[in-house]
Amino acid sequence: MATTAEGFDAHGTGHDDHAHDHADHKPGFFARWFMSTNHKDIGTMYLIFAIIAGIVGGAISGIMRVELAEPGIQYLGWWAQLMGGADDINTALHMWNVFITAHGLIMVFFMVMPAMIGGFGNWFVPLMIGAPDMAFPRMNNVSFWLTVAGFFSLLFSLFVPGGSGPGAGTGWTVYAPLSTSGSVGPAVDFAIFSLHLAGAGSILGATNFITTIFNMRAPGMTLHKMPLFVWSVLVTAFLLLLALPVLAAAITMLLTDRNFGTTFFDPAGGGDPVLYQHLFWFFGHPEVYIMILPGFGMISQIVATFSRKPVFGYLGMAYAMVAIGVVGFIVWAHHMYTVGLDVNTKMYFTAATMVIAVPTGVKIFSWIATMWGGSLSFKSPMVWALGFIFLFTVGGVTGVVLANGGIDDNLHDTYYVVAHFHYVLSMGAVFSLFAGFYYWFPKMSGRMHSELLSHLHFWTFFIGVNVIFFPQHFLGMQGMPRRYPDYPEAFTFWHQVSTYGYYIMAGSMIFFFVNIGYALFAGRKAGANPWGEGATTLEWTLPSPPPYHQFETLPVITDEHDYHDHRPATA
Amino acid sequence: MAGKVNHDYHILEPDIWPLIGSVSALTFTSGMVLSFHPDLFGTAASFVMWAGLAGLIATFFMWFKNIVVEAQRGDHTPVVQLHMRYGMILFIASEVMFFVGWFWSFFDFALFPTALVFDHETGLTTSLFGQEGAPAAAFIPKGMEVLDPFALPLLNTLILLCSGTTVTWAHHSLIHGDRTGLKQGLWATIALGALFSSIQAYEYAAAPFGFGGNTYSSAFYMATGFHGFHVLVGTIFLAVCLYRTYLGHFTPRQHFGFEAAAWYWHFVDVVWLFLFVAIYVWGGWGAEFH
Repeated sequence: MATTAEGFDAHGTGHDDHAHDHADHKPGFFARWFMSTNHKDIGTMYLIFAIIAGIVGGAISGIMRVELAEPGIQYLGWWAQLMGGADDINTALHMWNVFITAHGLIMVFFMVMPAMIGGFGNWFVPLMIGAPDMAFPRMNNVSFWLTVAGFFSLLFSLFVPGGSGPGAGTGWTVYAPLSTSGSVGPAVDFAIFSLHLAGAGSILGATNFITTIFNMRAPGMTLHKMPLFVWSVLVTAFLLLLALPVLAAAITMLLTDRNFGTTFFDPAGGGDPVLYQHLFWFFGHPEVYIMILPGFGMISQIVATFSRKPVFGYLGMAYAMVAIGVVGFIVWAHHMYTVGLDVNTKMYFTAATMVIAVPTGVKIFSWIATMWGGSLSFKSPMVWALGFIFLFTVGGVTGVVLANGGIDDNLHDTYYVVAHFHYVLSMGAVFSLFAGFYYWFPKMSGRMHSELLSHLHFWTFFIGVNVIFFPQHFLGMQGMPRRYPDYPEAFTFWHQVSTYGYYIMAGSMIFFFVNIGYALFAGRKAGANPWGEGATTLEWTLPSPPPYHQFETLPVITDEHDYHDHRPATA
Repeated sequence: MAGKVNHDYHILEPDIWPLIGSVSALTFTSGMVLSFHPDLFGTAASFVMWAGLAGLIATFFMWFKNIVVEAQRGDHTPVVQLHMRYGMILFIASEVMFFVGWFWSFFDFALFPTALVFDHETGLTTSLFGQEGAPAAAFIPKGMEVLDPFALPLLNTLILLCSGTTVTWAHHSLIHGDRTGLKQGLWATIALGALFSSIQAYEYAAAPFGFGGNTYSSAFYMATGFHGFHVLVGTIFLAVCLYRTYLGHFTPRQHFGFEAAAWYWHFVDVVWLFLFVAIYVWGGWGAEFH
């Protein structure tokens, strides 16, 4: 193990001096984790960061579920005073807005995105394409630290005044005028800069992934031989690259409206709050695909691995993701059906939104067809993948319901929408994250986790989240609006059920953490390929964990290995 | 697996500047928030912002210095040079989408105007939308004068177009090994860029309307202001290239630093053409000129 100083000195000494141990030459602790230029270490940091952010965001949803367990305001006043706010009902209600804002922003920008793209993308895109690292290793590191900086900016916002109390209470969408004249305190400025920082990190990360995938594939790996997870990250990176700058522009206009007297979203000077919604959702809709596409990629790898079959319809699967990405840019106003769009606009956005169900259906049916006639084994990644396919489909079906402008007039901003997007996110995206985690944990750590604990985690989590969110469809259909801490007594029953579901889900996470601890301290050592002959992508040709620098001689993919099989001809 | 490195990719040693840059960015944005709210944090709080900015500038300086050192050392193999081409193209693509945001708001306001009245004395705008005696809906508030597009803005258009040719002159000189032509072309481009920025600064100072108050002025300053910032960045980028030319960097075969600066400069040029046509000419059509 080299010291930190050697880590500095090694700069520029050339490869040959330490050629014998170059592959596993690790820098000292500080250099390795705070100055990293290694895609696997940066991926690990992203995953740890995402787990921490997930605990914070999940705890906030617990606060919300406990508050909603019965009608009336229970604990919000206590939270307001804890955060240094005044002892009155407005501050208490403001805390509710702060919680929903923090929960949304943390889960979207600091849990799902860092885990999927930063974590698994960083770890496995280079491994799967046979590359030694990312194209821009230093920029990779600044992407990570900017994400951390964004998280800190959001934390700062909790301790300064926002609207009628501490913290930014604008919702994750930061709609004007609530975010401008409605919340004059600095908290919203901190929240906006949080998005700027995390967004800058993501844009840099997107350029890095696109360059890596286009330019660092091993000899012989054409685009049409690339594993589907790499395809999914490629499409995701393009969505990030083209959508995030528009968000940056929109929230910059919020800043100047707040602080420099511009009137972009202020009708008194000719501005238009609906313009903000257009700009936000032009980013926001691609963003929801950013959060699910890498999950699609992981599910494709996992279903093929545990069916011991190549994925059904490889090209269709790849181009379905491209189609989802392209069409995802022209459906944004289905988030805005109730702002007064004219009926033709609503018709267009209804039709365009439903078109997305076609490539998504291609994916669902291709996963099922992959399993058809396969030699299935229900290992932990596979059960999570199956859970994903079922629950994501439920969320997709309610999405087709909500796509209808006429129906959405009734359901907009109700718990039906909350149920819908939690089925695709906290059951779609999160299930794919757990599937990917159990799939790749042996590769990343070199240790096997417990199948028993993983299955217990799966079943308790599966029951928990369904008990939380399925009743929310009923609440929404009955007219319970989202973003309210209080409700008429008629809604009590399903809210209580939903809160019990949260307890089950939170308890199930104990299995997850115990499992990680068990695996790290007592887990069996994992071989290069613990999943058997179904696991054909390049990461399974490397030891577990892989050497610090892998593929110092690039693998060669030959012509007879077409897209049905990604194994290299020569190891 | 362990053994000699048999590929041309650039494996970097650990580097502290990504962490310093991120901490500086957080310091800079947080310092801006503090300075936005002097009532809460006092006026001295803006030093936090300046400290963050200093850290950011130091990061940019050291980061690019390291890249130049690595390039001169020969770390940038052909495949690594291709990485940089991809990276720069993608960065410019994201910049295009950033400007899409400003143009989107501009066209929204221009195509769906409301009824505003501008007071010369106070510089204040009032909305009379739906009220008795309201003027016809128009993008430019009634009573507000805008800049004559065919005066200084047209001159600025010519300056930028001209600078596009001088940077190409420099590029061709570089390719043909004519170092004098390279220096002259770069000097001319930087001078034209500085001239553009000066004229733009003069226009801002002399403009008959401020940043806030109405949608025309907001969209105008935001779009042209961010463009102006990009001109400054592009000018600095070209100046770095000029300095490197005097250091003897760049060969006729390998000079991506120069090419990236030229690409960026052309991007800035094209954005200006859109700004000129859309905001100055079309946006101000029919209004009173200052």
